[in-house]
Amino acid sequence: MGKPENFAYPDENGRFGEFGGRYVAETLMPPILELEKAYEEAKADPEFAKEMDYFLKHYVGRPSPLYFAERLTEAAGGAKIYFKRDELNHTGAHKINNCMGQLLLAKRMGKKRIIAETGAGQHGVATATVAARLGMECIVYMGAVDIVRQKPNVFRMRLLGAEVRSVESGTATLKDAMNEALRDWVTNVGDTFYCIGTVAGPHPYPAMVRDFQAVIGREAKAQIMEAEGRLPDAAVACIGGGSNAMGLFHEFVPHGEVRLIGVEAAGKGVKSGLHAASLTGGSPGILHGNRTYLLQDENGQIADAHSISAGLDYPGIGPEHSYLHDIGRAEYVSATDDEALHWFQECARLEGILPALEPSHALPRTVELAKELGKDGLIIMNMCGRGDKDVFTIADALGEHISAGTEG
Amino acid sequence: MSYAVSPIGVIIANDSDWKVTLTGGKARAMTQRIEQTFAKRKAANEAVFVGYMMGGDPDRATSQAFLNALPAAGVDIIELGIPFTDPMADGLVIENAGIRSRKAGTTLTTILEMATEFRKSDDTTPIIVMGYANPLHHMGYTDFAAAAKKAGVDGAIIVDLPPEEDGELRAAFEVHNLALIRLATPTTDAERLPRVVAGTKGFVYYVSMTGITGASFAQAGSVKDQVARVKAAASLPVVVGFGVKTPERAREVGKDADGVVVGTAIVKTLHEDGADAALDLIRSLADATHTSRD
Repeated sequence: MGKPENFAYPDENGRFGEFGGRYVAETLMPPILELEKAYEEAKADPEFAKEMDYFLKHYVGRPSPLYFAERLTEAAGGAKIYFKRDELNHTGAHKINNCMGQLLLAKRMGKKRIIAETGAGQHGVATATVAARLGMECIVYMGAVDIVRQKPNVFRMRLLGAEVRSVESGTATLKDAMNEALRDWVTNVGDTFYCIGTVAGPHPYPAMVRDFQAVIGREAKAQIMEAEGRLPDAAVACIGGGSNAMGLFHEFVPHGEVRLIGVEAAGKGVKSGLHAASLTGGSPGILHGNRTYLLQDENGQIADAHSISAGLDYPGIGPEHSYLHDIGRAEYVSATDDEALHWFQECARLEGILPALEPSHALPRTVELAKELGKDGLIIMNMCGRGDKDVFTIADALGEHISAGTEG
Repeated sequence: MSYAVSPIGVIIANDSDWKVTLTGGKARAMTQRIEQTFAKRKAANEAVFVGYMMGGDPDRATSQAFLNALPAAGVDIIELGIPFTDPMADGLVIENAGIRSRKAGTTLTTILEMATEFRKSDDTTPIIVMGYANPLHHMGYTDFAAAAKKAGVDGAIIVDLPPEEDGELRAAFEVHNLALIRLATPTTDAERLPRVVAGTKGFVYYVSMTGITGASFAQAGSVKDQVARVKAAASLPVVVGFGVKTPERAREVGKDADGVVVGTAIVKTLHEDGADAALDLIRSLADATHTSRD
């Protein structure tokens, strides 16, 4: 394990230790090398940073607050719990931080056709939003199953001028949407920019998406120093592909005293086999352009993921998380559908915040950790999305009938 | 560039651009069946017909019988598909074939068993397995290479292992004289092409268009220049695939390429009209390919 201050990953081959890489068809190699070059140039260009800062401040609404969740803290009876309020961003989740960066990069590269995959619809909405703002064509691939459970977001994307293409193949969820987006890209490679929504995919995506999301941790660090005069004992976030977690963690990785805790979706329980916990219940493999921990069977076929949360329903995880897991820098735990549902309701009642189902998974582990750390402890949890999109799913799970009110 | 001697005694160069490159002693009389197949057709001024089928579709017994019947129908080189849950370079026809195959219980081991069975009656037709990296990675590249050799497999095309990532598998294949066949595509530019073909064995597979398997061929007539470009860079035969569905198209491509690959049309016909119809189609495709320069 490298010393904390030496976390300069990935290497020039896009590797985080033995994870990451560029496992794509030859047709896509030249475009991802072109993307890497364009990103490196943009990163070094003060004009790009200036444009990004402008949009993050005036369009996305950054910085997002760091909020002391006082009543949740009282209920937990231990460490102080702060929420990083990324659900207050324009479009209601952290996803737009990354879309802003990638689409400004697409603009620089002269690409006008944007494609994206989406699970819960949050990344799709964020991509459609920024594409509308920058005057770009936008096509979003979404699993047929997810289209049913995330109707409001599907309608939102259409209102924003995006075309939502239903993906019926495989399990008709996020991973299949990603397959279909890759098929589109390999077909329309000349004019198309693929805006990946998480810290996965071939290099440079895991590093690039992390960099665009790292604003979360940078702000949180400055804010907690101002509020408490010290770094937190732990930073906690839910994990599907892992972009909100990586965004929160990145700034704290070199600070070995800050525990980094990722919460995967345990679905109906990791032992039940019906879950989406790649690190807790998976093994290393190759999918969607990178080597990382995956849910797979004994023959190397990708296993179906399960989670009540469409945004966590993915059988893989970003390669940097696999690396942080293997070197022991971050801890990865899980929470079940039932726990997420329970804490969704607790959070609504105690804090007046409807969390998305995704960060609802981080709540039970945050509360437990607060008890473990005791009164002197300090925790930041990333409230990465708001729950409005999930109210129908939650009503369903609670056995209540409410009308969706929009077409699907 | 740094060198290290691997446990198998092959010198491995660590090139910063291309990871592990084998620079050890000259490849032995490897990939013999492949070389002989191209030599035989070339001597008669004929193009080689490469036929793809999805292993285990719709079940092991049907698929085995179909596999065994391919050489007599005119297939010179067999591409035997390994089913995978997430075939991101394939169109619906091959994806659905993979779903049927997996439903029937096909695994990577089943595919190798099919090759073993085939070899009992045919020791000359090359078998190239084709699929995605994860099932091989899960078995372990070293174990897979040994098992593939034992099964009588001649090589592999692994779609999601570009040159940047295929070093480990190539090293394992080198031990057993197996061919790891690389793909060249329309996006493989002049700078990249020589390096892509330098690491390939057996033949170069030219993907004649940007897209997925089974898509319709957009730019007719442009194959000649593309093949010339790849042949100029490679000292190996060049076969052309993607978008070839009819004998007419096969004949056109076979005029310039050393070989013609057909996949989706075969898989589709087998599924929709049965083995006899698929073998009829293969006969017409193979005949058109073989006689394309007449």
